[in-house]
Amino acid sequence: MNPFLQLTLTPMLIGVLAACACALPGNFLLLRRQSLIGDAISHVALPGIVAAYLLTGTLSATAMFLGATGAALLAVALIELVRRLGRVEPGAAMGVVFTTLFALGVLMLEQSASRNLHLDVEHALYGNLESLIWLEGTSWSALLDPAALAGMPPQIFRLALVLAGLALFTVTFWRELMIGTFDPSFAQSIGARPRLFNIALVGLVAIAAVASFDAVGSIIVIAMFICPPAAARLMTDRLSRQIWWSMGFASASAILGYVLAGYGPMWFGSPHSVSAAGMIATVSGVILAGTALFGPRRRQNLAA
Amino acid sequence: MEILAPLFLQAGYNTALVTIGAALLGASAGAIGSFVLLRKRALVSDAISHATLPGLALAFIAMVWLTGEGRSLPGLMLGSALTAGLGLLAVDWLTRRTRLAEDAAIGAVLSVFFGFGVVLMTVIQTLNTGEQAGLAGYLLGSTAGMLRSEAELIAVAAGVTGAAIFALRRPFTLVCFDPEYAGGRGYPTGRVDLALMGLLLAVTVIGLKVAGLVLIVALTITPPVTARLWTDRPGQMVVIAALLGAAAAWIGTAISASGEGLPTGALIVLVAFALFVISLLLSPKRGLLAGLIRQRRFQTLVHERQGLLAILRNEPIYDSLTLRRLKARGWLRADGQVTPEGLSAARRAEADAARWQLYRQSHPAEAELLSGRMMEPMARVLPPDLLAELDSRLALAAAKRGEAL
Amino acid sequence: MTATAELVVDAGRRIAQDHPESPLAIAGLTVRYGDKPVLFGVDYATPPGAMLAIIGPNGAGKSTLIKAALGIVPKVTGEVTLFGRPQAQERHRIAYVPQRAGVDWDFPATVLDVVLMGLYREMGLWRFTGARHRKTALDCLERVGMRNFADRQIGQLSGGQQQRVFLARALAQDAELYVMDEPFAGVDAATERAIITVLKELNARGKTIICVHHDLATVAEYFTHVLIVNMHKIAEGPVAEAFTEANLQAAYGGRLSGAQVTRLAGASS
Repeated sequence: MNPFLQLTLTPMLIGVLAACACALPGNFLLLRRQSLIGDAISHVALPGIVAAYLLTGTLSATAMFLGATGAALLAVALIELVRRLGRVEPGAAMGVVFTTLFALGVLMLEQSASRNLHLDVEHALYGNLESLIWLEGTSWSALLDPAALAGMPPQIFRLALVLAGLALFTVTFWRELMIGTFDPSFAQSIGARPRLFNIALVGLVAIAAVASFDAVGSIIVIAMFICPPAAARLMTDRLSRQIWWSMGFASASAILGYVLAGYGPMWFGSPHSVSAAGMIATVSGVILAGTALFGPRRRQNLAA
Repeated sequence: MEILAPLFLQAGYNTALVTIGAALLGASAGAIGSFVLLRKRALVSDAISHATLPGLALAFIAMVWLTGEGRSLPGLMLGSALTAGLGLLAVDWLTRRTRLAEDAAIGAVLSVFFGFGVVLMTVIQTLNTGEQAGLAGYLLGSTAGMLRSEAELIAVAAGVTGAAIFALRRPFTLVCFDPEYAGGRGYPTGRVDLALMGLLLAVTVIGLKVAGLVLIVALTITPPVTARLWTDRPGQMVVIAALLGAAAAWIGTAISASGEGLPTGALIVLVAFALFVISLLLSPKRGLLAGLIRQRRFQTLVHERQGLLAILRNEPIYDSLTLRRLKARGWLRADGQVTPEGLSAARRAEADAARWQLYRQSHPAEAELLSGRMMEPMARVLPPDLLAELDSRLALAAAKRGEAL
Repeated sequence: MTATAELVVDAGRRIAQDHPESPLAIAGLTVRYGDKPVLFGVDYATPPGAMLAIIGPNGAGKSTLIKAALGIVPKVTGEVTLFGRPQAQERHRIAYVPQRAGVDWDFPATVLDVVLMGLYREMGLWRFTGARHRKTALDCLERVGMRNFADRQIGQLSGGQQQRVFLARALAQDAELYVMDEPFAGVDAATERAIITVLKELNARGKTIICVHHDLATVAEYFTHVLIVNMHKIAEGPVAEAFTEANLQAAYGGRLSGAQVTRLAGASS
């Protein structure tokens, strides 16, 4: 028996992978003043998942993944549509669209039999990080045993794949992302296709959100899109370093948050643990508050 | 129809009270939301509403400790107002004290406060009071089984908030439109802003029970955005948004009361969105249909005008749309010959173009304002006296050129 | 120029094809934002090797003209050719310098990072920055007197220094046509001199320069050609011919006093 490997390693690892997968594209969202896209996308995953369930009748991971991704892309398209057609400012357009889709999700949920299943709003909000344990991890040698590794929660492989894909995309299209974020008109003039990369970025945000969702719930997703990149921005003036800082902050939030949720209440004499997802979001907020108070680059530079 | 009874307040005293309360709330939310939208801070309400969760949970825990009973609405409202206020201050602090933009500050505050609220909710689950289910209603909104005292409180609070918004409408309008001018006129811009955000907070907290904390945001955003489609004037916009908000809340609550599995908050939001879509399509000012027609008209007129001017100068025309339009108007025969009507239309176009040229020179500011109507016959755009003046000046200039030759 | 000739809208849609040698030719260019037309039927063929100022009052559509010509904002109708070919195919021969105010100078990047953006096209699939790219970028910074600022965060620059960095980025593109949106707006006198020196030097080597320009007092000194617009094209040609009292009056109308116009136009002849 090895309680660390069986009960702690996999949820913690999943937390770290999800946090990094969200924080990575979150850096570009932050610099494009589009941070709240992550918020909107996380809210619309609910209707996507419910719709997928109603259409397929199953709760398979693939169906939910496709449903949530579809809803995210639909939401982004609708936001753009409302913004352009109604000449509505981006924030308000986002507010109109994500609340409507969320309302639709709530209505579908109440109207369908799916409310009897484990698919409920709380699950979508809080995730089920604590339950993603690895019973086969009875000893350290299990880490080298393919049969035992196959018993790991599938979320771990899914998230690792998504994070690797995101990292590859970021490295490959580093210049396009950077130029398109800093100076879109210049990017357009040299054929760096800023609009295409904007759409691609939003698509990746949707994939990161949905992949993280099932494991950790929407609160962490929103928090990780925004807090680690925002805290990292207050630490450095170089984009590459900002991204490394954000990865560090995201991992620290996930590990610390998970530990605090599990063991923190015990220090207060309570036998019950609290929500790991909520605690991870809280820790990321504490980190942001710390950098806002003491980060070396917390203020805007003044022109020399 | 089951829906008719609640819609016309015929489904019992409680339901009627809830419906009226919701409508008052919708009106207040629409009105205050309009100002917030004009101030370009629409999503601040998202941060406020999510930041209520830790307050709700803390108030619940505190009340359970003190009285053993945690579901009193006034207590929960007070608690949620407290942390929502803290959230608002945190957004303000992050944008003021760091380089972060407001959208990042809003997102950070809403996710962190909500996350902490979720932590507290799991603490409540361990308290085993057996009544934590009462808190779930605040996430998604529920008017089913609402107590009479609760409905009365919501109706009265929404009414009072609405009255406060009405009283402060002038400073709000000024500060939203031109904060610097408002400051110069002696309005304390900072305090007006504070009042604006305070009332937004009040509406959010009052609406939690009805719409739920995710969906109350919609009531402060969607009706104002819809109202903006119908008018360009802030005063009208506030009134229209209040009416739309009240209508959405009224109809949504009534539908919700008419059957099972019809969550109040979700229905209110969906009705509000339906009103938005209808307005987006049909509004004569900024509506899609009207815009599409205007765009096509403008494009056609541009091509007609260009074609006429080309005719006048005996230049070849290559553009197929231009050729089609000229033929359709009877200005060009099928074989490409100019008709007499075409020639006179071309002369008119040239004369109008010359008038516009002169008008833009002599009255640049007015011309700029009228430039959207540049393709219309000038006689329809300008009053006759101004037109005559332009024509006489053009004639004079032509005569001068004649002398010079 | 007659009073109505300035209103010529459709001088043949094939102006672009008729000027294959022109670095930037536009025909019937019409753009509008919302309901307001901003540009209306503008025809123009930039002479090769020109040093061109696009002038006109505020809101006359000067910036819109170059943005639409480079495909940055959509147009209602009109044709654009670069060196006689469609705009998308010849993009690499152009260096565009947007308005300084249009970007977020708080972006986490150094001066060198910004100049390296100009070498985007030269980098291979993986777009790693090689020593060669660094050297090119530093040389370009040297030419605008900013070499010592290479590692500075861009937010720490003054307005004039920001403009120099943008110019260095354009130099790195090694283009044949330089299109600049208000390069002299809000910069100090020393920077203005430095920029015009670099531009004149490029022009002497046969490059074509197009600047949206707002300072009428320096038109005659800096430029060889002008294009005067106010929604329509008002006038075009060599500075000595087109930068006249009548044309300025036509473009600016009540916005400039008669005395100002006379003095400005007089300075050019």
